[in-house]
Amino acid sequence: MIFTIAQKELKTLFASPLAWTLLALMQLVLAWIFLGRLDAFMEMQPQLVQIANPPGITEIIVAPVFGMAAVVLLMVTPLLSMRLIAEERRNHTMTFLISAPISMADIVLGKFFGLMTFFVIAAVLVVAMSLSLLAGGALDFGLLLSNAAGLLLVTACFASMGLYISCLTAHPAIAAAGALGALLGLWILDIGAGAADSITRNFSLLKHFENFNRGLFDTFDLAYFALFIVSFLLLAIRRLDGERLSG
Amino acid sequence: MIEQISPITISARGLCRNFGAHAAVREINLELKRGEVLGFLGPNGAGKTTTMRMLTGNLAPNAGSIEICGIDLLDQPRDAKAHIGYLPETPPLYRELTVDEYLRLAARLHRIANASIRSALDETKQRCGLNDTGKRLIGSLSKGYQQRVGIAQAIIHNPDVVILDEPTVGLDPNQMREIRALIRELGAERSVILSTHILPEVESVCDRVQIMHRGRMVFNDTIAGLKQNTASLEQVFTQLTQDEQQTEKS
Repeated sequence: MIFTIAQKELKTLFASPLAWTLLALMQLVLAWIFLGRLDAFMEMQPQLVQIANPPGITEIIVAPVFGMAAVVLLMVTPLLSMRLIAEERRNHTMTFLISAPISMADIVLGKFFGLMTFFVIAAVLVVAMSLSLLAGGALDFGLLLSNAAGLLLVTACFASMGLYISCLTAHPAIAAAGALGALLGLWILDIGAGAADSITRNFSLLKHFENFNRGLFDTFDLAYFALFIVSFLLLAIRRLDGERLSG
Repeated sequence: MIEQISPITISARGLCRNFGAHAAVREINLELKRGEVLGFLGPNGAGKTTTMRMLTGNLAPNAGSIEICGIDLLDQPRDAKAHIGYLPETPPLYRELTVDEYLRLAARLHRIANASIRSALDETKQRCGLNDTGKRLIGSLSKGYQQRVGIAQAIIHNPDVVILDEPTVGLDPNQMREIRALIRELGAERSVILSTHILPEVESVCDRVQIMHRGRMVFNDTIAGLKQNTASLEQVFTQLTQDEQQTEKS
């Protein structure tokens, strides 16, 4: 059932030009960053040779591209997540799903995995761009893998948050604005936090993604992402169930 | 003629639903046998749609119980919902899908085995007169065809209970006649609850009538019984739903 709903989400998503436009725009922005970093690397190369343990192309080119990809996907998420529940309500199609013999958890998870499939496609595009560097040199696959894993986890957080906020309203625009506000807030949380070990820092999405971006697998980051995703999915299910009782 | 024992397909007892301080539905009882078409009448705001949403599991009642084919809707919603087909007031259509894609989705969500989806799809399209529209986008169909797709989505999984909320609104007279014929046909082998404002429609299609007013059931009789009493449905309807208002005002 979850698969059926995920499939339907993807079908309606790719039936509209929105998904294609977003993928194209994302690719354009990232290619620009990618080429910029490649250019910088070429200029730096003579100096890099003189250093004992120089950073490789993965560190100089791939990592910043993934860092940017996370920011771009953060901006893209509200546009996609607002469709999930809020738009179904507005188009009166939510009844179709609720009347079917499936549970709220099926609906929420199906929608979550549908959106995640889109993010996987986006991540694959970024990885493919990085792999094109193999034409001129060797890649650090460990770092690439940790970046890809980090990107998928952080987008899963975006998706679960966007999905929950989409459950709160019947207006897609409000769902989008809410998700953007919440995600941006969590993203920049560590700018305001003063000391390096301040507690607020632990709540910032950016800080946890940074470790993956540097090639660091930390169980604390994994736990944070897992907790984040599960909490918001549970909240979304509870919210939809509660609506049947009170709405 | 052999009198067949008709099993009860839907039974609701003491349904209540409040929205805040406002009681939308109070103590509604409803029972329907297989092969029966129930006309569900009432002025706007009487609580018809709320009742239907409760019967289809879209809204939880504050009190009361609902059984669909002997399965409690509140305890085992998944099993019970499999026996219901529901067309809400606004047909729940995805405009960006084609008719075939949409009906296939409805079939999958109702757990029809993959092998029999094709035959279910063909049969349903045949019944609803959608044979030539399978490849068209739902958004590009006329209102009448969209309504048919809405009905098709409600009956594709062969439910025992079909609940239709104002299915003939906005249709031209020919389409209305077709939809009514379809409802009659559906009513022959399952139970149908039909909400409408068109009284002649009820007289021509339904076996039984229930009238709601201000959240209460104020009338419940068979069409045959009504005819015996030589009362027209319209008289009964105006009497029951208007008199009260006037007496309350005075």
